[in-house]
Amino acid sequence: MDAMIITNAQYYNDPDGNQAGVIATIDGTEMYVPLDTANRHYAAIIEWASQEGNTIADAD
Amino acid sequence: MPKDKLTDYSATNASNTDVGGVNIDEGMLPSGVNNAIREVLTHLKNFASGTDGIDVLSLADDDASAAMKIQAPASVTADTTLTLPDGDGDDGQALVTDGSGTLSWASLHSAKNLIINGAMQVAQRGTSSTSTGYQTVDRFRVDKNNVAQLVFTQSQSTTAPDGFSNSLKIEVTTAETTLDAADYLVFTQRIEAQNLQHLNYGASSAKSLTLSFWVRSSLTGKYSVNIYSEDGNRVNTLSFNISTADTWEYISIQIDGDTAGTINNDNGAGLNLNFVLAAGSTFSGTITSGWQAYTNAKYAHSDQVNFIAQTGTFYITGIQLTVGDVDLPFIHESYAENLAKCQRYYQKDFRLVAWNVSTNASTSASLGNFPVVMRSAPSAVRTGSGALTSTAPSSTVMYAESGYIYSGTSNACSSNLTLDAEL
Repeated sequence: MDAMIITNAQYYNDPDGNQAGVIATIDGTEMYVPLDTANRHYAAIIEWASQEGNTIADAD
Repeated sequence: MPKDKLTDYSATNASNTDVGGVNIDEGMLPSGVNNAIREVLTHLKNFASGTDGIDVLSLADDDASAAMKIQAPASVTADTTLTLPDGDGDDGQALVTDGSGTLSWASLHSAKNLIINGAMQVAQRGTSSTSTGYQTVDRFRVDKNNVAQLVFTQSQSTTAPDGFSNSLKIEVTTAETTLDAADYLVFTQRIEAQNLQHLNYGASSAKSLTLSFWVRSSLTGKYSVNIYSEDGNRVNTLSFNISTADTWEYISIQIDGDTAGTINNDNGAGLNLNFVLAAGSTFSGTITSGWQAYTNAKYAHSDQVNFIAQTGTFYITGIQLTVGDVDLPFIHESYAENLAKCQRYYQKDFRLVAWNVSTNASTSASLGNFPVVMRSAPSAVRTGSGALTSTAPSSTVMYAESGYIYSGTSNACSSNLTLDAEL
């Protein structure tokens, strides 16, 4: 099956400073991805981040 | 009038003066008695065997004061035989026909299609794409693996059999010259697990399914279709045959219930219905019928067609998966019903609007509910800034299954959201 192509991922926070999700570029499109393992994009991001050289950047 | 069958007999005693041409009027010859009785027995036999019919079957109540009557319509086009099923069915079941007069017991609650958008009417993302994944008709994704030269288009087509307006079309525009071991082309619908709990998978009472669809292909031959249980990692691989090129054909396949593999009661994928258009040797083999533990070689039949070896078109619509062994006609839904089901997994053009909420002109906030509660918290793509603000919202939006909460640093904003909670 075709894997999603993830080229960038960074956490973003809610107004209280808690992690709210990940802004990621997936298949060339910027997406706001929730921290929900049932979400297929988040699952793909977690798998992507588990590979050497890939990191989800901290929130600004 | 000769009395040649039961319906010729008269309710008026005096009018029955012959039977089968034998005179039984006053003064009849004694030798006519045995002949008359023989004629009557012939009439009874013809009635019993169905050679001669009757107008009405009357079933009287105990004191013969009233009756239940069964009768044919006033005009019957052709002889029709309705064959009853064995037994008395289960609670809530009704008689349904297979279209050829064979009746069977079917549960009315089973008349639900487990497939969403089986008539291919909803295509929120677009109507044509050369990419894989979820691109055109909702809930169906197309995937390829390993292929080198293959170029194809998936689209929502208006080519459809009678009773349908759309189909999913897969067109190979550049063929794959060699089918390597790891090659495949497949399209899939993943069915949410919590919608399948009534199948009782993993128990001896696991329910059977009937899969039906209309299909048309430029390439005749054997195609594989498998149903894969994610939680149990089990598969049941079946096949169907397209006998005539470029002609709509109706396919109906029975699928046994899986008594060994369970389906979790959650919002993950429960069953994946995979139509295989091509599969190399890694993903095909000699298939044993029924459910079994998944291996790649059980994904498709090794003697199936290789649809990607040449340019061609494949259409499919009316995909229906129902509980039970009865091949039910396709259950058509309104577009609105169909769209709402699809929106549990994907929504587009959801408008996020936020207004200034304090004397501080640099803050805005809003919250809203999605039209349909989504399967999970969705991924969101934001586009456009709309008429309310000069900048698209760049601040925090938190998404849940049912809606969003927005907190921004502009005085007001609006944005279109595309929401994805697909399996």
